[in-house]
Amino acid sequence: MKPAFRRVWGLLYRHLALYRRSWPRLLELAYWPVLQMCIWGFTARFLAQRIAAAPGGSLHAAALAGSALLGGVLLWEVALRSQMGVAIAFMEEIWSRNLGHVFVSPLRPWELVGALLGVSLARMLAGVLPAIGVAYLLYAFNLFALGPVVVLFFANLMMMGWAVALGVISLILRHGAGAEALAWSVLFGLTPFAAVFYPVAVLPAPMRALAFIVPASHVFEGMRAALISGVTRWDQLGLAFGLNLVWIAAATALFAYQFREARRRGALLGIGE
Amino acid sequence: MNAIDVAGLTKRYGSILAVDGLDFSVPMGATLGLLGGNGAGKTTTIAMLLGLLIPTAGSIRVLGHDMASDRFAALQRMNFSSPYVSLPARLTVAENLRIYGHLYDVPRLEHRIGALAAELDMTELLGRPAGQLSAGQKTRVALAKALINRPEVLLLDEPTASLDPDTGDWVRTWLERYRAESGCTILLASHNMAEVERLCDDVLMLKQGRIVDRGSPTALLGRYGRDDLEEVFLDIARDRRAARAEAAT
Repeated sequence: MKPAFRRVWGLLYRHLALYRRSWPRLLELAYWPVLQMCIWGFTARFLAQRIAAAPGGSLHAAALAGSALLGGVLLWEVALRSQMGVAIAFMEEIWSRNLGHVFVSPLRPWELVGALLGVSLARMLAGVLPAIGVAYLLYAFNLFALGPVVVLFFANLMMMGWAVALGVISLILRHGAGAEALAWSVLFGLTPFAAVFYPVAVLPAPMRALAFIVPASHVFEGMRAALISGVTRWDQLGLAFGLNLVWIAAATALFAYQFREARRRGALLGIGE
Repeated sequence: MNAIDVAGLTKRYGSILAVDGLDFSVPMGATLGLLGGNGAGKTTTIAMLLGLLIPTAGSIRVLGHDMASDRFAALQRMNFSSPYVSLPARLTVAENLRIYGHLYDVPRLEHRIGALAAELDMTELLGRPAGQLSAGQKTRVALAKALINRPEVLLLDEPTASLDPDTGDWVRTWLERYRAESGCTILLASHNMAEVERLCDDVLMLKQGRIVDRGSPTALLGRYGRDDLEEVFLDIARDRRAARAEAAT
């Protein structure tokens, strides 16, 4: 194995070993996505029943409304879990007061980021796949029925989550443990602009402008198009991908700057204090 | 070639000058002690030697590598131990050593872990979580982590802090033997004067970020007319040498 890959594997192994020894951590990965799916699944079922029973309502429209809701919940979890996966893996090093050892090893910053992304991918799959299973078993909703385009939805939402996570890590490097709360909350603040549960068109004009630059909004527009019309909106996917590249470039530049500044200020040893 | 070459090393935090123009070299295989009170600049100097901290001015070369432009090549050949930096507490000792073995690209890693555990008398600790060890056991594990890559330069920040005298002596004896066998260059920051006297070939006395004196322990004892380094340390920390000279005149 090449030394760079081995160093990335070293950090990945650190987190795999941690999860192997800690069932509460493992449980936590799937707990929230499955709980979300249960709550929103029943909500979707209730709404679908009301739509179907309403004058002029149809079973098809009810099913579509329910599917759009469940698809939104599941896919938004992909972004949330991806973002949290990176940020929490980084914070594990802070909590264990281990960052000093990591940063004096030959591990390059980009290798650290690569390992964090690997941990995030594993955490996301461990959280979202059970929720997808629950959606199928309890509500007969099969996300993969959307076709191979689901992979592109996943990829775009993961990229957005990672970009936000790099921004969060940059803030932790700058402000220390005081910025930790952002790891859980920052992406929730973007939910209104991500158009998870409604089309961008329902937003007021100023919010539409903001939604346009949020990659997730294009993914969810694409998801609804696939669900309702059965078409793949390559224009929306292209926009999401392009925006993600810009977001990741900006987040990488911010991370590189804050990492260097942390080395200049001497923040790497005392970051958890 | 020296193992470490430091020239004009300076670190300023705003208006505070933490390290003020240090110049020193450490020959291959030598042990240099950094002595000084709290806030003298020892930890800041070690952090800059490890690339954790960017100097305001000056240069550092470790094993011929410029730490400003080529620090990863140097880091591959050095290591560090400090009681103030922990290992993940939930992971076992073996898992922790495996992580660092991968980070340092150590060949035949399992064999290396087994050999280190035998050398440091900690084979029975390998399966235990790092967080459940006593201070003495943690020190041995920290040493194993610091030696996992057979470092040519080893930086030790207060390696026997918070250890009982017996365990402290065991660590010092072990370090002496290790240096003799491996030819490793050691830079040691410590508040334990007996330790510095026993282990170090040369000592830098730091005060307020500056080198105020340097020399071998024997030379320093002779120069200050003292029987142990603790008295030398107090002379420097409290400016007693100048006061004694003034009183003599």
